Amino acid sequence: MRLKKNIAISDSGFLFDPSTGESFTVNETAQEILKLLKEGKDYDEIAGHITSLYDIDRAGFERYYQDFLEMLNHYHLIDHAG
Amino acid sequence: MEKRTFEPPVIKRLNAGMPSKFGMTPRIEPMPEVEGLKVSELLKEFGSPLYVLSERTLRNTYRDAYQAFSTRYPKVQLAWSYKTNYLAAVCNAFHQEGAWAEVVSGFEYHKALKNGVPPQYIIFNGPSKTYEDLLLATRNGSLIHIDHFDELYMLLEVSDEAGTKPKVAIRVNMDTGIYPRWDRFGFNYDNGEAWEAINRIMLSGKMDLAGLHTHIGTYILTPQAYRIAASKLADLAVNTERKYGHVIRYIDMGGGFASKNTLKGAYVPGTDSAPSFDDYADAITGALVNSAIKPEHLPLLILETGRALIDDAGYLLGTVIANKRLASGRRALITDVGVNLLFTSFWYEHQIVPAENSSQHTEDTTIYGPLCMNIDVLRAAIDFPLLKKGDTFVIKRIGAYNMTQWLQFIEYRPNVLMIDTDGKPHIIRKREDLDYMTRQEVLPEHLKNAGL
Ligand SMILES: Cc1ncc(COP(=O)(O)O)c(C=O)c1O
Repeated sequence: MRLKKNIAISDSGFLFDPSTGESFTVNETAQEILKLLKEGKDYDEIAGHITSLYDIDRAGFERYYQDFLEMLNHYHLIDHAG
Repeated sequence: MEKRTFEPPVIKRLNAGMPSKFGMTPRIEPMPEVEGLKVSELLKEFGSPLYVLSERTLRNTYRDAYQAFSTRYPKVQLAWSYKTNYLAAVCNAFHQEGAWAEVVSGFEYHKALKNGVPPQYIIFNGPSKTYEDLLLATRNGSLIHIDHFDELYMLLEVSDEAGTKPKVAIRVNMDTGIYPRWDRFGFNYDNGEAWEAINRIMLSGKMDLAGLHTHIGTYILTPQAYRIAASKLADLAVNTERKYGHVIRYIDMGGGFASKNTLKGAYVPGTDSAPSFDDYADAITGALVNSAIKPEHLPLLILETGRALIDDAGYLLGTVIANKRLASGRRALITDVGVNLLFTSFWYEHQIVPAENSSQHTEDTTIYGPLCMNIDVLRAAIDFPLLKKGDTFVIKRIGAYNMTQWLQFIEYRPNVLMIDTDGKPHIIRKREDLDYMTRQEVLPEHLKNAGL
């Protein structure tokens, strides 16, 4: 699972996909996850990081993570080739 | 290090140049308390979902309405429209404020008597009164509002049997310039039918024509329609006095004032578009005062305001059961409040807010109830913060019609709570249980057991 390479994420929570010209807003949690995805981290590392920062356990997090990935997929922000 | 509060990750596409229907998305303010009591604690103690009524709001709204009319007109009487909410505690709060009762069935009539309303203060409306209903109401001296000629003729018989004259009004329908025109109830003004009904009553000598009644519709956004309706009733009163020397003692303008809820498909929220009690009062009292009715014979003005008196006092509290992502990518929230408890979601885009402080990140969401039915949609599309399973929310302005038109379907109906003016909660209708649900069932002997 990789984010499309050329996607730009600003510190203020804006995301831009140059291949489609579409922009998105993300909240703080999403921003953290996107940063880790961009760095090529896998689910285990991401879950470890988030659950150490926020008051949520792994089981709880997985559910929202999956949902988030579905949305990334829905917006064509995932690189399936990789 | 203390951990931060987790907020589910969200990503939202920006649609430049496509503002939402209401322009900017308004900030959604959470509602942690109702009448000073914490939503989370109310739900813990009384179960979820939970209806909550504010006695303070109910009484204040009544006083506002009464004041708007009584400062403009010498004789004003409100009659609580039972069908809007006939829980006894609600009815009696209004009766204590001075409201009479307005009922439309034998059941509602008996409920008003049971609540302790003196029968001469009960207005009996509706197209389906039985002979027995009419006989009782006649003997009791209640006000009977005749809906059609068949009822008028039945009342002549009732009058003979009772040996006393029924006190009556006729219900009148008319063109007031608005759509839909409710011509199904009562006698039509514009084609002369209402005048004909008055003549039959007067010539029969068997009834006391006490008043004239109309109810032009519900959720009427144009006060002007009431001005027209009041003028037409005033004309009938003037003509009756001129022809028979008989004075019409009251004019009943029915209900129909809009509440502050937003109708489905409306472009302006109800909080901005609903006329005030003052607007309606201006129109109605202006028409009566300026009519040809003699000043010494100005009739009592009766109002049967329903939804506008109670909508704001009612809240429905609920809990999120699950989050779903629909195949279309749309977010769906499944809650424990269904259309079985919120019948008015078929008409209104109800305001729903989280109980607790939540993220300001919102997403276009569909809010569903718990029923296994496609129709079970509370809001088809609402910009809503992300709530997690177990989070609670408040639906505002649900006091009218939901506690009477609710459907007993799939789930028990929950507790109904009234918070009194000292902030003390009282259960005014207990949550249903299996015993309640099966009490009226009768099992034939051969079906007494399942036999499996
Ligand atoms: C005869 C009559 N009076 C009063 C009402 C109350 O109407 P509303 O809730 O619109 O004020 C109704 C409602 O249908 C009605 O039929």
